Amino acid sequence: MTHVLTTGLVPSGPTRRGARRVLPGFGLTLGISLLFVALIILLPLSGLAFQMAQLGFPDYLNIILSERTLAAFSVTISAAALATVFNATFGLLLAWVLVRYEFPGKRLLDALVDLPFALPTAVAGIALVALYDKSGWMGMLLEGMGLKVAYTWWGIALAMIFTSVPFGVRTVQPVMESLSPDMEEAARTLGARDLQIFRHVGFPQLWPSFITGASLAFARSLGEFGAVIFIAGNMPFETEIASLLIMIRLEEYDYPAASAIAGTILGLALVILILANIAQGRAARHLNGGK
Amino acid sequence: MTAATVTHAPLHPQIAAFHRRQRLKRLALILSAAAFALLVMGLPVIAIVARAFQEGLAVYAANIVEPDTLHAIGLTVLTALIVLPINIVYGIAVAWAITRFRFPGRRILLTIIELPFSISPIVAGLCYLLIYGATGLVGSWLDGWNVQLMFNLTGIVLVSLFVTCPFVARELIPLMQVSGRDQEEAALTLGASGWQTFRHVTLHNIRWALLYGAILANARVMGEFGAVSVVSGNIRGETMTLPLQVQLLYDDYNATGAFAAATVLTLIAVITLVLRSLIEARHPHAS
Amino acid sequence: MALNIQDVTKFYGSNKVLDQVNLTMQKGEFIALLGPSGSGKTTLLRIIAGLQFADGGLLSFDGEDITGTEARLRRFGMVFQSYALFEHMTVAENVAFGLKMRPRATRPARAEIGSRVQALLEMGEIGQLADRYPSQLSGGQRQRVALARALAIEPRLLLLDEPFSALDTKVRKGLRGALRDLQKRVGIGAILVTHDQEEAFEIADRIAIMADGRIEQFDKPENILKAPATPFVAEFLEGLGAWQNAGAGI
Ligand SMILES: Nc1ncnc2c1ncn2[C@@H]1O[C@H](COP(=O)(O)OP(=O)(O)OP(=O)(O)O)[C@@H](O)[C@H]1O
Ligand SMILES: [Mg+2]
Repeated sequence: MTHVLTTGLVPSGPTRRGARRVLPGFGLTLGISLLFVALIILLPLSGLAFQMAQLGFPDYLNIILSERTLAAFSVTISAAALATVFNATFGLLLAWVLVRYEFPGKRLLDALVDLPFALPTAVAGIALVALYDKSGWMGMLLEGMGLKVAYTWWGIALAMIFTSVPFGVRTVQPVMESLSPDMEEAARTLGARDLQIFRHVGFPQLWPSFITGASLAFARSLGEFGAVIFIAGNMPFETEIASLLIMIRLEEYDYPAASAIAGTILGLALVILILANIAQGRAARHLNGGK
Repeated sequence: MTAATVTHAPLHPQIAAFHRRQRLKRLALILSAAAFALLVMGLPVIAIVARAFQEGLAVYAANIVEPDTLHAIGLTVLTALIVLPINIVYGIAVAWAITRFRFPGRRILLTIIELPFSISPIVAGLCYLLIYGATGLVGSWLDGWNVQLMFNLTGIVLVSLFVTCPFVARELIPLMQVSGRDQEEAALTLGASGWQTFRHVTLHNIRWALLYGAILANARVMGEFGAVSVVSGNIRGETMTLPLQVQLLYDDYNATGAFAAATVLTLIAVITLVLRSLIEARHPHAS
Repeated sequence: MALNIQDVTKFYGSNKVLDQVNLTMQKGEFIALLGPSGSGKTTLLRIIAGLQFADGGLLSFDGEDITGTEARLRRFGMVFQSYALFEHMTVAENVAFGLKMRPRATRPARAEIGSRVQALLEMGEIGQLADRYPSQLSGGQRQRVALARALAIEPRLLLLDEPFSALDTKVRKGLRGALRDLQKRVGIGAILVTHDQEEAFEIADRIAIMADGRIEQFDKPENILKAPATPFVAEFLEGLGAWQNAGAGI
């Protein structure tokens, strides 16, 4: 290959200095990028913004504060919150096991963690119903214990847990890998127990990535559709999620209502992500050196 | 004891107890992680396969070769075949522009690239209807020319592009950020043309990350449900991608058919994960 | 007799890195473990600290068998080569860590912890740095914090793994004297791992010279210089004469 032969032969100093536009393709690549971004990302998003602007604030409030919409929000947000807490916790456990231990089947476990990203949500949805409705393996087991999952709020939370598992694991995993064993050992010689070490030494360093993972999981759960609708029951006021309500309004050609709900969900997700970003930046400051 | 004897003296009882505790802790953590993974991720996959083959191989085969299902498979593959090349070109272009040049608005562009990941599929589909639908801003204008973008293959492709466009770019940008620029400049000073430099130097350096991103994007294109269901129009035997077909069969009380169709998607997911694993094992820096 | 190491042996796989090491240390003594790279110094120190366990042999401290005692129960203060400061805690929080980790029954009150931390920082001449984060310190300052943190638990023994190796020569010499003074003032025994001969000879009461997992000679500096026990020691110490002739010894 040519580059193997050439590296080092050419003094890179002077070329790099004037490298602003030394490499070709600026116009072409930026052109393609901007065209794509405009047509595929920005224009459609502006459609939502435009629709919401047309709606006007009082109408927006009317839609959002209607009982059915509020109920859908509360179902969605509460289930997403549970899924997030659950995945943040188990994400730590899974990441820990993957980073710290060698054991047979580790590759399989690692692959399973990514399954929810690879498996289509509709497939996950019907699989969960098959498992948890009253004739399914888990359903029978839980029904015996008096817990109904399919077609209830618990089913919604379960589906959200499934789809957001990877966020909890994959965001903390690389940071966990980079934790220095020295710090842990220092804590041990200073008299700390395993749990104390994790709480006071390990976790504070994981914290920024932990927030990121949790917020991504939450945002994903807020907007999840495919995995949820099969197992949700979809009863207005009780087991109807916001995404489904958008879909229903769309089928009624009630675009303003659909847009109002969509804009709110989107806004909420963005606010969460931005807040997490700020919190993360703040927490990360001490870790790598700023004032 | 001579140096040659590697006989270990019996361990100090406290040390043995310590090792036992460590082993126990390790075992407990691994088992609980495995139990969680099996319960949440493993069981659903097993359930799909079990249900698909519940009524025997013959019924399964019959369900797969059902014309609507075959058509859905074809449409899904076609969509992927259109979307992936566009995604790859866009991914490379945007990564090249961002990592090789400084220009005003570069940081904003970086943020916008990632934006589709934080927008839920239903909201994405809605946005497309609002703009490209027959009553939408662009759609109504195109309607005058008798061009329809939504409720057909174009709509499915467009919305799939939206949903998957960050995959390739986000793999390439960090990689190209840290590597390659010197090599590219060297190649240019040696008289290679821009295209030759790209082909022989850049592409060579990023090929694994590119493949990695494309595989993830492919899984998402083939499996996308929410966004596609908004814009596909759900016309039986025409605009049903495989995930939509799964839902249709399921709602028609043809659960076995739905699970049979689902096994195809599950197989794609499993292949995706295996490829991902292989790439990661061979080229840890690709991701 | 404070620390007694008896026939300690350690394997990594089938590779024997410590071969029946014996070493006896008196109360308040300053011992240096000196030897070429890979001779097993760090391994021995970590076994003393309880961060690793020996495959054979016994460790006792003040007559008590500590061979299998966990690190956190040994109360041996350790200064790591990398200092291993907790980057997310201020200097004061770093130093207070060991006290805060104690079980409630033996944990000092909050105010008590605060005043002890301040006293330790003053003693290390870093009182003004209490509220800084480790990333805002110089190498020498970090080293002092690590030392203060190790001393905060009122250790029974101080273990130092090449604590000066990351510092430039001038800072290193100053800190060396400060460490020696501090150790004598607090009155605890210390074991210093180093491969800097000058450092070992200047600071230690006795020096253990290690090679290939064995202690070749363990004696007072002047005795070692006068009568190297093995050809290895003699060869290893070549060049040290120049240092002695220059009169840098204390
Ligand atoms: N975790 C380990 N696994 C296998 N071998 C190891 C491990 N740690 C150390 N060793 C080996 O044990 C021997 C002693 O290592 P040790 O770190 O104790 O040497 P050292 O005297 O501290 O050297 P240095 O001056 O370079 O720090 C070396 O041969 C080293 O390669
Ligand atoms: Mg060492």
